[in-house]
Amino acid sequence: MSRGRVSIRSDDFDLGAEVAALRQGDGGVGAVAAFIGTVRDRNDGSDVQSLELEHYPGMTEAAIEAMIDEAMARFEIRAARVVHRVGVLAPSAQIVLVAVTSAHRGQAFQACEFLMDYLKTQAPFWKKEAGPEGARWVDARVDDDAALARWGIAAGNAGERTGDAPAKP
Amino acid sequence: MKVAVRYFASVREALGPGEDAEVGSDADIAALRDALVARDGRHAEALGRGRVLRSAKNRVLCAESTPLADGDEVAFFPPLTGG
Repeated sequence: MSRGRVSIRSDDFDLGAEVAALRQGDGGVGAVAAFIGTVRDRNDGSDVQSLELEHYPGMTEAAIEAMIDEAMARFEIRAARVVHRVGVLAPSAQIVLVAVTSAHRGQAFQACEFLMDYLKTQAPFWKKEAGPEGARWVDARVDDDAALARWGIAAGNAGERTGDAPAKP
Repeated sequence: MKVAVRYFASVREALGPGEDAEVGSDADIAALRDALVARDGRHAEALGRGRVLRSAKNRVLCAESTPLADGDEVAFFPPLTGG
């Protein structure tokens, strides 16, 4: 069975199984880079009891597919996989996986970081934290826009201005 | 023309998952937002210009200057916080 490059789901994922599937049948792979984002137990000075992730079904998958296309065009990578969980997650839970294969490490590291930077500000997910003082929507970070700017892409996500042009690679 | 409006995150909590809207044939996303803001106080609070919102047309992030066509799906939501 052929696996898609993008999976949005509530279930957890297994790094070993994901990497094994990504490498399977490709003898040209000499490097695998993977990033996993997890739920912290504190954020902005408050305890986090749970994190709820909402997304825009249909748009999320298409946006991440386009990001992977862009990563394949920019870097010499052989395959990429993005898994992102939605729903209610407990502290320490895995949230997101980005895994990339290439012939050599440099391109794998770069493509993995590029995909993660891109995803933070251009994929339609929203986080809501629940803590002792109640629940609150997580604010977007200007730092995340700056991270994408390093790749020559204007994020236009966290800034004050509205109606900015969206990010175009 | 008629467009389908969808809301997410804090905007969805304030206004529900979405609604239909009627706008002029030369409307862009900004004009749609203005028309929605004019509906009532609830809309003005959730979609007013004091709020930093992003928008998408037919499931692609778009600037508010993007023109609309009959049957488009337009979404309004706060800045994205995935990953």
